[in-house]
Amino acid sequence: MDIGAPFFKLGMFGEDASLAVAACLGIGFGFFLERAGFGSSRKLTAQFYLTDWSVLKVMFTAIVTAMVGVYVLSAIGWLDFSKIYLVPTFLVPQIVGGLVFGVGFIVGGYCPGTSVAGIATGKIDALVYALGMIAGIVVYAETFEALFSGWNEATPLGQVTLPTVLGIPYGVLVVAVVALALGAFALAGRVEAALRPRS
Amino acid sequence: MSAVSPTAVAGKHVDRVPRSVPRAAAYMNPYVAGVGLGLVLLASFVIMGRGLGATGAFSSFIAWIAQMISPEHVEANAVYSDYLGDQHPLKAWLVFLVAGAFVGALISGLMARRFGFAVDKGPRIATAGRLGYAFFGGALAGIGAKMALGCTSGQALTGGALLNTGSWIFMLMVFTGGFAAAWFVRKQWI
Repeated sequence: MDIGAPFFKLGMFGEDASLAVAACLGIGFGFFLERAGFGSSRKLTAQFYLTDWSVLKVMFTAIVTAMVGVYVLSAIGWLDFSKIYLVPTFLVPQIVGGLVFGVGFIVGGYCPGTSVAGIATGKIDALVYALGMIAGIVVYAETFEALFSGWNEATPLGQVTLPTVLGIPYGVLVVAVVALALGAFALAGRVEAALRPRS
Repeated sequence: MSAVSPTAVAGKHVDRVPRSVPRAAAYMNPYVAGVGLGLVLLASFVIMGRGLGATGAFSSFIAWIAQMISPEHVEANAVYSDYLGDQHPLKAWLVFLVAGAFVGALISGLMARRFGFAVDKGPRIATAGRLGYAFFGGALAGIGAKMALGCTSGQALTGGALLNTGSWIFMLMVFTGGFAAAWFVRKQWI
């Protein structure tokens, strides 16, 4: 099949129209986050006490849905995968950053995207979390030269996907991630049932 | 109104809700919501050739404010200047995405009668304590996201679906950090 996507990268519309696209995609993004209950820090953090696995269920379902879609649309030759932006991999900063972010998640109760869903539905703690995030980013920027610029781009692997790094064919890894997700969903159901208070 | 917690998981505090107050709808099935979110993400890949994100919008907002305070300081700073170009700092893709997300969440919340001013927390912590944790946790998440070049949206969700190497490492570390710290802050939530 002839390449037909991504539309923007093929020049089908310009920068200004892309902002309208962003707003529309954002509405869908925020809508489903709130629908899932992710405007509530208590629901989000219940994941880490294993009583409510919605974070894992929603996240992995979304990842699997988009992953399979991208794989199939690329495999039939319609979507040009090489034109999709990949965040470059830097091992050490992403390991440390992920740990710090994870602690921030359970301490603060939200992640950046879900804090927006919380603010939109009136959560004062979500607003305070967002103000904290702004403070954190300012601290990062102001201390960047002294604390981060030496290693923020350490251990670079480039813009590289797991099939390339692991030497496993793309399709095989897609199937493996689907299987991993199904296994995680089964585990989620069992643990939730075991921890449910009996009445 | 104050006795009604709009954040209560449907069915949990139902006995305390006066009959005249409309009850908040139950949350959507997580798998259905996940498919919806996944289709939005897939649409973003197909239409734009990029995924979703949230932290970048905060960075743009901060660069805009900082520029008004001191343009020289901002231009000399490697972090702020990343978010400045010929255009207005708020004329950025992620700023529009996050503005849309606010509207989408508001629509969903109003539809489900979940809108209401509240501080979400467990029963064993005071409001002021919870807000202190929220601020500190937000600051950590902001710093972590800057180090990792993205957050749960731009890295875990977007890069997860693309099988991006650093994104999967980031995602594993987020869960590791969250589970590791959960015991220490349990009084805030359970």
